[in-house]
Amino acid sequence: MNMGRAHWLYLAPALLLLGVFLVYPSAETIRLSFFGPRSETFVGVQNYVRAFTSRPMLIAFRNNLLWLGVFTLFTVGMGLVLAVLLDRVRYEAVIKSVIFLPMAISYVAAGVIWRFVYAFRPAVAPQIGLLNAIVVGLGGQPVGWLIERPWVNNIALIVVGVWVWTGFCMVIISAAYKGIPREMQEAARIDGANEWQVFRHVTIPFLKSTLAVVTTTMIVFVLKVFDIVYMMTNGAYDTDVIANRMYNEMFQFSNYGMASAIAVILFLAIIPFLVINVRRFRVQEAVR
Amino acid sequence: MTKRVLVGLLLAGLVAGLAQGAVTIMVLWSGDELAAFQKVVDAFQAKTGITVRVESVGRDLPTILATRVAAGNPPDLAGMPNPGQMAEFVARGAVIPIGGIVDLGQFPKAFVDLATVDGKVYGIFISADLKSLVWYNPDALYAEGVAPATSWNELVYITQQLAGRGKTPWAVGLESGAASGWAGTDWIEDIMLRTAGPDLYDQWVAHEIPWTHPAVKRAFELFGSIVRNDAYVYGGTTGVLSINFGDSPAILWDPVPGAYLHRQATFIKSFIAGAHPQLVLDRDVGFFVFPPIDPQWGTPLLGAGDLISAFRDTPDVRAFLQYLASAEAQAIWCGALGKLATNVNVDPGIYPDRLTAQAAEILKGAEIFRFDASDLMPAAVGSGAFWKGVLDYVSGVPLDQVLQEIEAAAQAAY
Repeated sequence: MNMGRAHWLYLAPALLLLGVFLVYPSAETIRLSFFGPRSETFVGVQNYVRAFTSRPMLIAFRNNLLWLGVFTLFTVGMGLVLAVLLDRVRYEAVIKSVIFLPMAISYVAAGVIWRFVYAFRPAVAPQIGLLNAIVVGLGGQPVGWLIERPWVNNIALIVVGVWVWTGFCMVIISAAYKGIPREMQEAARIDGANEWQVFRHVTIPFLKSTLAVVTTTMIVFVLKVFDIVYMMTNGAYDTDVIANRMYNEMFQFSNYGMASAIAVILFLAIIPFLVINVRRFRVQEAVR
Repeated sequence: MTKRVLVGLLLAGLVAGLAQGAVTIMVLWSGDELAAFQKVVDAFQAKTGITVRVESVGRDLPTILATRVAAGNPPDLAGMPNPGQMAEFVARGAVIPIGGIVDLGQFPKAFVDLATVDGKVYGIFISADLKSLVWYNPDALYAEGVAPATSWNELVYITQQLAGRGKTPWAVGLESGAASGWAGTDWIEDIMLRTAGPDLYDQWVAHEIPWTHPAVKRAFELFGSIVRNDAYVYGGTTGVLSINFGDSPAILWDPVPGAYLHRQATFIKSFIAGAHPQLVLDRDVGFFVFPPIDPQWGTPLLGAGDLISAFRDTPDVRAFLQYLASAEAQAIWCGALGKLATNVNVDPGIYPDRLTAQAAEILKGAEIFRFDASDLMPAAVGSGAFWKGVLDYVSGVPLDQVLQEIEAAAQAAY
C-alpha cells in the first residue's frame, strides 16, 4: 500500500537538488529574459528581438557557426586520423601523451600562451611572437593575427580550441579503435581490400557510435565557447561569440534581461544535441 | 539575573556608542588608496576626537550605496564613483548641499561646477587625475628641432615634419585586455571638448545628441587623421591595436627613439619609470597640455577625480567635510598617492616629483574641467560599444558604420 508513496521519499533528495540547482535557476532565467536590465519592468520579447537583430549578436551567431563547422571538423577529423595512424607507430604512448597534454591546461592559460604565439610587433622591432618571428624570418611582414578580420582572427582563435581539444577526441576514438576485432580488418585485407577500403568500410562503421558521441560533445562545447575568446580578444574585431556576449551583458553592462535572453537562446540551441546524445546512449545500452 | 542585566546594559551601551559616536564613510578604495585615506582619517581623529569609520566596499559601491539609500539607511558620507552618480542621488533628495558648510573658494571653479546640480554644490573633489597631457622625451624632441605644440595646427605640423623625415611621430597603444579601446576614447573626449565645447560634450554624455551628430563625427575624424595614418603611428594601425597602453610610451626613451609623442594621463609616469628605471623623471620626461583646436573653446581639461558627498547633516559630518576639503587633508592624501590636489592652497612641495607638481599647477588653472565621458555613460556604451567602436574605427571600419553601431547600443542603454 505504502509503496506508492515510498518511492517519492527515495526520490526526494535528488528532486530537491535538481529543483534548487537546475529547475529553479532555469525557470528564473526564462522569467528574467522578459524583463528589462534591472529586472523591474516587463518588456515582452524585446530582448529576443534585439538578440536576433542587433549586429553584435548576428556577428556572434555567425562566429559560433564558424566555430561549429571548423572546430568540430578539425578536432574530430584530426582525432580520428591520429588515432588510426598512431596505432601503427612504435612510440604511440609518448606521442599521444604529448598531443593530449594541452587538455591539462586551463583555457585561460591556453589563451595567454597563444596570445604570445600571435603577438604582433612592428616590423622595425624584434618579434616576440612565435608565429610572426617565423613569418619575418622567412622575409614576410608581421601579421596582426588577432586583428585581421573576418577570417584570420577567427581562425586564429579556433586553432587554439583545436589545439586544446584534439587530444581528447584522439584518446576516445583511439580507445574505440583498439576495440575493433583485428580479424575483421585482416579478413578484409585477405579479400583484397586496400587500406582505404578497410578504413572506409570496416573501421568507420565500427567507430560510428563513438564518432557520434565525440562529435556531439564537441558541438555542445563549441556552442558554449567562451574563455578563449574572452581572454584573447574579448570579441573585438568581429570575433565575438554568444557566450562572451552573454557574459558582457551580464557582468559588464548589468543588463540582466538581455543576458538571460541570450542564455535561454544558447540553452535552446544546445538541447537538440543533448537529445541526440541521450538517444544514442539509450540505443547502445539496449544493444548491451 | 543581575549578571544578565549587566551584560545587556554593556551590549546596549556598546551598540549605542557605535551608532552615535562615529561618522561613517563608504568608499570604493582598497590597498594603497585605502591606507592613504585611513591616514587622513587618523589625522582628523587626532585633531578633533571624532571617530570616523571607513567602510570599504570595493567596486560594488554604486549598488550597495543605492540599496542603502533606498532603504533609508545611508552612510553619513560616501565616495561617489563619478558626478553622474552623484546627480542621481541628488535627484532622489538623498544628498545634502554643502555650499554653506565648506569654503568653496579653496577650489578652482571648474571643480565646483562639476559638483553642482541646479545651482547647488553637493560634493567636493579631494583629488583629481589629469588626462589631457602629451608626453615627450625632451632630448629626443629637441634633437629633431621640434618644440612642444601650443595649437592643434602646430601638433599636426610637427607630426607631418617628423613623418616627412622618415621618423614615427606618435606612440599609441590601445590594447588593454578585455578593456581594450579605452585609451582611444580619452583621445576622442579630449578632441570633442576642444572642437564642440563643454555644453555639447555634456549633451553627448547624456545622449541628448546622437552618436551620428556631426560634432562626434568630427572628433573621431581628427583622432583618425593621426591614429589611422600608418606613417604617423608606431607599428601602423595594427601596432596601435596590438600594443598594450602601458608598454606603448617606452619607445620614446629608446636609444633610437621609436616615436616622439604620447598622449596619456598623469598615471603613465609610473609605466615610463618602470620601463626605463635609469631615467631621472624631472630631467628626462616632459609633457605639454593637449593643445586647443577650435580657439573659442580654449584648453579644457579632461580627467577624473575622487568626489565625496554627504547624506546626513550633523556637526561631526560638517567637521569632517571641512577637514577633507582642507589643504592639510589633501596634502596627506595626495602626497601619499601622487594624485593631484584640488585645493589651491596645497603646497606643491608635497608631490613626489616636479612632473606631478607641474600637472597639479595646470589643473589649478583649469577654466573648464570635464570628467571622462566614457566613465559617465552607461556601461553598455561607455565600457562597451564606445571601446569596440574605437577599435573598429582604427582597424578600418567606415566611420558612419562605427557611429551607427554605437548609436544602436546607446538607444538600448539609455
